[in-house]
Amino acid sequence: MTKLIVLIVIILGVVAIAQLVRMYELSSKLRNRREEDIPNRDNRLNAILLLVFMFAFFASVIYLFSEYGFSGRGEAASVHGKATDWLLDLNLWIITAVFFLTNTLLFGFAFKYVRKPGVKAYWFPHDNRLELVWTVVPAVVLAIIIILGLKSWNEQTDHASKEAIRVELFSKQFDWTVRMAGDDNTLGFFDYKLTNDNNPLALLTTKTIQDAIDSMENSSTGIHALELKLNDPKLIFAPEDHALMVKDLGAKERIVRMLYQLKARHNSALDARAMDDIVFNASDTLYLCKDQQYEFNFRSKDVIHSAYFPHFRVQMNTVPGQTTRFKFTPSVTTMEMRDKMSNPKFNYVLMCNKICGSSHYKMKLMVVVLDKPAYKKWYASVSKFDPKAADQCKTFRNIYPVGKPKAAADLTATATPADSAIVTK
Amino acid sequence: MAAHEAHAHHDTHGHDHHEEGFISKYIFSQDHKMIGKQFLLTAVFMGVVAMLLSILFRIQLAWPGEPSDFLSFFLGETWAPGGVLKENMYLGLVTIHGTIMVFFLLTGGLSGTFSNLLIPLQIGARDMASGLLNMMSYWMFLISSLIMLFSLFIETGPASSGWTVYPPLSALPQAIEGSGLGMTLWLISMSIFIASSLLGSLNYIVTVLNLRTKGMKMTRMPLTIWAFFVTAVLGVLSFPVLLSAALLLMMDRLAGTSFYLSDIIIGSEMLENHGGSPLLFQHLFWFLGHPEVYIVLLPALGLTSEIISTNSRKPIFGYRAMIGSILAIGFLSFIVWGHHMFVTGMNPFLGSVFVFTTLLIAIPSAVKVFNYITTIWRGSNIYTPAMLFSVGLVSTFITGGVTGIILADSALDISVHDTYFVVAHFHIVMGMSAVFGMFAGVYHWFPKMYGRMLNTRLGYAHFWVTIVGAYGVFFPMHFVGLAGAPRRYYDYSVFGDFNTNSHEMIMDLNMIITVFAIIAAFGQLIFLFNFFYSIYRGPKAVQNPWRSNTLEWTTPVEHVHGNWPGAIPEVHRWPYDYSKPGAEEDFIPQIVPLRAGEEGDH
Repeated sequence: MTKLIVLIVIILGVVAIAQLVRMYELSSKLRNRREEDIPNRDNRLNAILLLVFMFAFFASVIYLFSEYGFSGRGEAASVHGKATDWLLDLNLWIITAVFFLTNTLLFGFAFKYVRKPGVKAYWFPHDNRLELVWTVVPAVVLAIIIILGLKSWNEQTDHASKEAIRVELFSKQFDWTVRMAGDDNTLGFFDYKLTNDNNPLALLTTKTIQDAIDSMENSSTGIHALELKLNDPKLIFAPEDHALMVKDLGAKERIVRMLYQLKARHNSALDARAMDDIVFNASDTLYLCKDQQYEFNFRSKDVIHSAYFPHFRVQMNTVPGQTTRFKFTPSVTTMEMRDKMSNPKFNYVLMCNKICGSSHYKMKLMVVVLDKPAYKKWYASVSKFDPKAADQCKTFRNIYPVGKPKAAADLTATATPADSAIVTK
Repeated sequence: MAAHEAHAHHDTHGHDHHEEGFISKYIFSQDHKMIGKQFLLTAVFMGVVAMLLSILFRIQLAWPGEPSDFLSFFLGETWAPGGVLKENMYLGLVTIHGTIMVFFLLTGGLSGTFSNLLIPLQIGARDMASGLLNMMSYWMFLISSLIMLFSLFIETGPASSGWTVYPPLSALPQAIEGSGLGMTLWLISMSIFIASSLLGSLNYIVTVLNLRTKGMKMTRMPLTIWAFFVTAVLGVLSFPVLLSAALLLMMDRLAGTSFYLSDIIIGSEMLENHGGSPLLFQHLFWFLGHPEVYIVLLPALGLTSEIISTNSRKPIFGYRAMIGSILAIGFLSFIVWGHHMFVTGMNPFLGSVFVFTTLLIAIPSAVKVFNYITTIWRGSNIYTPAMLFSVGLVSTFITGGVTGIILADSALDISVHDTYFVVAHFHIVMGMSAVFGMFAGVYHWFPKMYGRMLNTRLGYAHFWVTIVGAYGVFFPMHFVGLAGAPRRYYDYSVFGDFNTNSHEMIMDLNMIITVFAIIAAFGQLIFLFNFFYSIYRGPKAVQNPWRSNTLEWTTPVEHVHGNWPGAIPEVHRWPYDYSKPGAEEDFIPQIVPLRAGEEGDH
């Protein structure tokens, strides 16, 4: 019913406009006015409207600035962020000034120089001096902007200091996982082929390689099982399933061959780098220490994500097959920031800022910045093995099972053909 | 078809040609004027669709999770169960909105329409260099449009990895549903579109270089032609790179190659691809993507140069500087693509080079703005709807341009990259400036296209609703971005978890933005009504309604195959002799010979 009414209203509206246009045309005809002749009244009205629009526009721009400020994120919470915020403010002042100046000139002239009967336009095809002025002045201003910007960019993208704590942020659809470098402050190596439930970040040790080979060969969906199934004369598969299994088997055989190569090349002395790494569960809060520099290493398991810390003014894409880096030093603890924002519920956050799938908008990680004593206490609890609180210690040495890995997740299955197999006799 | 009845009479002019049938005249036409109109109508339709898509997802952003009759009416139970938009379809809408607006409305529509209509008319040619290629260019454009529209209706949904279709997301159907058939259709459609654009561009270049009439030196061409010419060159040099990017992506999807894929585990599947780089796609994409911005913008600037000069009754200020800035912008646009990739993991040193080249573009842009303003200064300005849209273009070009300075500065880009600040920036430049240029062009050259006048009062209403509505949509987005809101988020509930103040602010602004978007969309209905009504019933146009200098206004109102019934006119002067001292009229058409002792050109 409402839809019908809406439809009728729309149709009547169109008819009404059409009638108005007819009337307007008739009256123009009566007054012998052609459509392209703009009457002075209309012309002046539009000139005035342009000026009115300018004032209304300026007023709303000023209102928005005063209401929401130069940064709706609050003040920067990192050392370099304070510097870039200063630069951002400087740039915003410059462009806001240019915005007001040029728009005023534009709308002002448009208003002032509306056609007046008897006044001819001024013949003014060019003027080299003027053109030189508005080439050189922007060039000088831009030179300043470029120099300041590049200085800041170089500082931000410079290598992290030796003392910077190495942290890895591992992204996948749709969560983040933190790995800290541990006592040696070196992140262990990784290879994506080693991924399994016990080793979600695919750390590289002699043992993880062997486990990956075992799982690839001997698990319930491993190479041997697949071969057995395919060779079993009692099993008949639908052709599509059969093709899938053959494809799956081929992929696994190629991957396992690469794993053997990895094993042959591996130097077991490097295992230690990974063993003291602190590996958290997916979506476990990231804890940082105030005034401590961090070097973040970003990885992605599946598609491109982007690590965006709005409050620290940090952003870097995570790219599958490549490690990206960004360093920064948090300078305000969570508690201090809550006071500054007078918002007791405020928290730092890491968001995903590159479209990565349907739940992109939910992909986040909470971040807490502690002062030094609190951080030390927290760090000790996750890094030092204490038999009484073994589940708190997250070092790889502690969490990676020493014995046989529990049934490794099947990471290569493209389908589950076993279910659809028809057993004969 | 009342508008076209006049066509039947055109043989009275004695030009040698034969009566054409309906099909060869209206459908498979090789006449540049008809092809221009075909481009325009197709683009207007695509533009309406893309605008509707944007309203659909704006409703979700303003009132997330609230059932809406409007959504369920257009999307049905599949994509909006109970009137609430599905996450995947949200991304699909965003993707197709962007694709249609950038490529189909602003590339095909703007440059396709006006290059076709104006190049032969303004340089004094009987038609394009190749009518056949021109026709094929349109038909490929139409086919690619239809494929793109069709992809909205398939079961797994349209491409939904953003209009930039970054792999691996766009390469792996396991990562998002839309990367299945939807993405395949997107790639096919875009490949055909690129072919269409190339055929068109090559034709424009050849026509401008070879078919200028006697006396039409390069430095006597209207700025519109300069803009179309440089646009076509940019298209020819950059679109093939996008085609190669698309082909490689297709190979990764269908043939198991690893151009863009490396070390990926998707869902529970370990892929074997190794050694590819997603960054390669981004380099290839933006090598087109950035010139594309100027492919969109330059024609709009060209059109407004002409319109502002005509309606201020003054020569365009700094004609040679305007040409120089078009060339400079065109050249620089090829060496700035990396500014889209500051935070992708690209080498930071490379980043600093791109900062430098990108900020250089601000100089020719500033020259253009100041030249426009100086043209309006001490003019005798007549506010036709076309002139109002041109003034609007200059204003939005400033507003959208200055924020580019922040985004081009890599150190500052880090904190606003991929937020609504970027969305605000490029919508004010492309969604306002370029679209305003297109509207201005339609209002100004409508008499040339259809032999009738658009209604001026409706034009005024359209302009005022549009500029207020569109600024209302895009200006507040800067503040949403400065609050740290990423783009392409289905909703901003995540802000509620860490900063309730920001959340409230974003929600408030999102609501305001959507209300303005709906107002602006209604404003476009005024235009659509005016457009179609005037095609059939608008008052008949005179030959030179705007008292303009350029050659197209020396052709008869009724379209003639070959444009001029008699000989092609000869050109004696530049196109901007408005209000020249010593002349009786305030305009001197290009075909008028110089008086004894008169100083020619500029």
